[in-house]
Amino acid sequence: MAGATTAGRAHAPSVSSRFMRLSATPGQIALALGITVFLVLFLIVPVGTVIYVAFTEKGTGEFTLVNFLDFARTDLFIRSFWNSVYVSAMSVVVASIFALPLAYITTRFEFRGAMLIQTLGFLPLIMPPFVGAVAMLLLFGRNGTVNLLLDEWFGIKIPFMEGLNGVIFVQAVHYFPFILINLSTALRNIDRSMEEAAQNLGSSGFRLFRRIVFPLAMPGYIAGASLVFVKVFDDLATPLLLNVKDMLAPQAYLRVTSIGIADPMGYVISVVLICMSILAMWISARAMRGKDYATVQRGGGGLAKRTMRPWESALAYAAVLLILLLVLAPHIGLLLLSFATIWSFSPLPDAFTLAHYGRVFGESFVYVKNTLLYASIAGLIDVVLGTAIAYLVLRTKLIGREWLDWAATAALAIPGVVLGIGYLRTFYGVQLPDGTPLATLWITIVLALAIRRLPYALRACYAALQQISVSLEEAAENLGATKMRTVRRVVLPLMAGGILAGFVTSFATAAVELSATLMLVQSNADAPLAYGLYVFMQSAAGRGPGAALGVIAVLLVALCTFASHMIIEKSQRAKGASR
Amino acid sequence: MLRHSVAAAALIGTALFTGAAFAQSGKVTVVTSFSKDVTDPFKQAFEKAHPGVTLDVQNRNTNAGVKFLEETKANNQVDIFWASAPDAFEVLKSKSLLQKHKPKAEGIPDKIGSYPINDPENLYSGFAASGYGIMWNDRYAKANKLPEPKDWQDLAKPVYFDHVAMAAPSRSGTTHLTIETILQGEGWEQGWRTLKEVSGNFRQITERSFGVPEAVNSGQVGFGIVIDFFAFSAQASGFPVKFVYPTVTTIVPANVAVVANAPNKAGAEAFVDYLVSPAGQEVLLEPSIRRLPVNPAVYAKAPADYPNPFKDPSLGSRVKFDVDVSEKRTNVVDVLYDQTVTFQLDALKAATKAIHDAEAAIAKKDNADAKALVKEARGLVAAVPVTEQQASSPEVAGAFTGGKEKGARQAELEQQWAAFAKERYQQAQAKAEQALKLAR
Repeated sequence: MAGATTAGRAHAPSVSSRFMRLSATPGQIALALGITVFLVLFLIVPVGTVIYVAFTEKGTGEFTLVNFLDFARTDLFIRSFWNSVYVSAMSVVVASIFALPLAYITTRFEFRGAMLIQTLGFLPLIMPPFVGAVAMLLLFGRNGTVNLLLDEWFGIKIPFMEGLNGVIFVQAVHYFPFILINLSTALRNIDRSMEEAAQNLGSSGFRLFRRIVFPLAMPGYIAGASLVFVKVFDDLATPLLLNVKDMLAPQAYLRVTSIGIADPMGYVISVVLICMSILAMWISARAMRGKDYATVQRGGGGLAKRTMRPWESALAYAAVLLILLLVLAPHIGLLLLSFATIWSFSPLPDAFTLAHYGRVFGESFVYVKNTLLYASIAGLIDVVLGTAIAYLVLRTKLIGREWLDWAATAALAIPGVVLGIGYLRTFYGVQLPDGTPLATLWITIVLALAIRRLPYALRACYAALQQISVSLEEAAENLGATKMRTVRRVVLPLMAGGILAGFVTSFATAAVELSATLMLVQSNADAPLAYGLYVFMQSAAGRGPGAALGVIAVLLVALCTFASHMIIEKSQRAKGASR
Repeated sequence: MLRHSVAAAALIGTALFTGAAFAQSGKVTVVTSFSKDVTDPFKQAFEKAHPGVTLDVQNRNTNAGVKFLEETKANNQVDIFWASAPDAFEVLKSKSLLQKHKPKAEGIPDKIGSYPINDPENLYSGFAASGYGIMWNDRYAKANKLPEPKDWQDLAKPVYFDHVAMAAPSRSGTTHLTIETILQGEGWEQGWRTLKEVSGNFRQITERSFGVPEAVNSGQVGFGIVIDFFAFSAQASGFPVKFVYPTVTTIVPANVAVVANAPNKAGAEAFVDYLVSPAGQEVLLEPSIRRLPVNPAVYAKAPADYPNPFKDPSLGSRVKFDVDVSEKRTNVVDVLYDQTVTFQLDALKAATKAIHDAEAAIAKKDNADAKALVKEARGLVAAVPVTEQQASSPEVAGAFTGGKEKGARQAELEQQWAAFAKERYQQAQAKAEQALKLAR
């Protein structure tokens, strides 16, 4: 049945079925319109009000494209462009090296502590601003713990954090969870019968992984890898922390935020960043086209979990531990920093104290409450939109549906400060009946967070839906279920793992975002943790308390992540049992 | 979802509004770039002196603060802008975002060092001052056996190569003033020569002011060109850092201003008056703040070794500083530094290293040809693509502010300047390497 429908769609369809396919149900059209309105209102208009400057002549404000010509003619920008491409591509490679073993070992084998590893492997994504950087430098910097010890023992220093290679190292550590989380979800969703069939035909070991398992998990891997690429391409914090300025995103940031100079080039670079992000997503979509990753049988609990032989198990534990130690080093550093009295040019802090926690204890409560509230609302908005957009793109034939995907993805490329300024410009003039500007309400922060983190949730939902065979839905509809009911009873439950992965990613990263927040926070009572951290990290005395707040933020998000992993595992086990 | 959030927003809006109405006379909203260590003591002291008034402090970095006021001016909710960088206040002033207020305070002189304390039109007022100097990590210096610097020129010595950091002048208004002071004190050509010789020793040029003390505190960089209170507050927190004022240093005021159309104008003015009153000035002496009061009388209450710019001539008063000259070429100096130093740091450092090596070799074995080559190399490094006259000409300045007349575009100038510098750094490196061969 399913095969017949697919064939019918691929070959010249009859007029009536063509009509049926092209037009969507009114519900779908309404959904698409609703999402369009949301994106236009909270993404395209605010950003447009800022970056239109890229197309105007300075002084007169007339329309011109000369700025883009200038971009191409400036050595610095061209050098920055290629540096950004190189760093992004290499970060994907290094991040894959971190993520593949962790994902494979924890999903493929009976491995004690798999859930804990999944949670810990996720932590690097939650790098609180400023303190994370300080902690990382204290460990891996030129005079960090590692290099001071190396210098003492062997008289050498390794430039972990210098130049473009330093950026690649830090970015790979920071963003590899995107690959880990999406790939793990994909591996869990693979139909066990595929693997069994291959094994019956004599395939095993690495060949089985290379030819069957990994290709089937491709949507998850591509979702993660494309996110890493685009995120690294658009990230400005890490290069600036390492004092690498000849990359595109830092160049845009430095220009947009320098006061007193009306410089269109910062916005020109923003436009280039947006175009590159959309291009990268388009390429990754092209790479997936024409292949079918969907598997029909679902809910088998994913791949068969093998028990490892003792030596295999020892090897696996060693590999996992090594990777975790490396990627969690910043957090270990952060923890040390939060207990340290003074830590300066020495392998370890001079002494330890609890005073920093004492100082932040009282005031952190309001920050924690706000952070949880904002990040969870933003995460919810993201998965709702993400699921809806993924459904519209993959399951309907609406004209221009890809543009929803691309518009949402473009949010990744927009510097937070541009979005923040855009929100002020668009919503500060809008007044509530009593005269309060709309932009002063905390809900504005939530919307900005939701828009900024939407691409993460979207990619996760997209990958999850790609792995579901259409034939399941067709079967449901043939049995008389309405579209609505099919979505609710078949599609959503099957996507649950991906949706949850998307929520966790959006939630966790929203919890530590600062650049747009800093523009929009209107009072201490409405401020999230990242803002509190920023306030502390402006003075020498604030370093310890800042680190303590950072630890609180990480713990908070880690707890939530762990809880959601528990939920995934439980539901998978429940499904497996009922089979 | 949308309808819900609008409803929620309306609900919260009402709550906010009633809250604001209740404390109408009593809330002063401050946008500031100062850290908690500075704002908290002032908040306490001010609220104690004015019972019933609360100070609502919003922390933003200076740039974000300026942008915020700009974007929200149609419906301004902020009473006070409070920050260090005088250039930020100049920008706000030029956009008519500030309101005139002459503080009611006596005994405050017109100038601190050679820099005027208050804006001549009273749109903003200085309430504290700070001097620039050199801060270093003692453990770092000892481990690398580096001598203690005393003056700016010391930092150009080969021994400090790759050990120094500074914030980019385009990113830090106070660093900009230091650069401008050197340019005015030594003259355009010689000033750039000094700047580039020091910059050739830089380990990094950070994009925010606090990045420098942070790097020195944690020992990632040995020496930093910083504003004094960064060093003092680090010392107060126990970091192993030292600080010295060079013989010639700038003193820059930190400022406060009432924002145009402030919702609580009376409260805002009370706060400005409080800052410059003797009671407010004394708060500056607290160890966590440690800035220099603008009221000379307050120094009587300061600890014995407290620097006093009104008595010590090396603090600022030896420098000649012309505000008009500075204002005309602000953007040109910043962009010139960024294009020829910040974004060309690798090339500049390579040239500097080659020159250092060649000079070391010449010191051991004299060679006239080699000496001439090194002199040429130093000249190439020091070269500046624009003359002093060009720098303050309306054509060049207009390229940055968007003047009406059609001159070169900013991007074109930037490309020219960067190419000019890069080419010369490479030539300088080649010449110095040649000199090294001759002297060997």
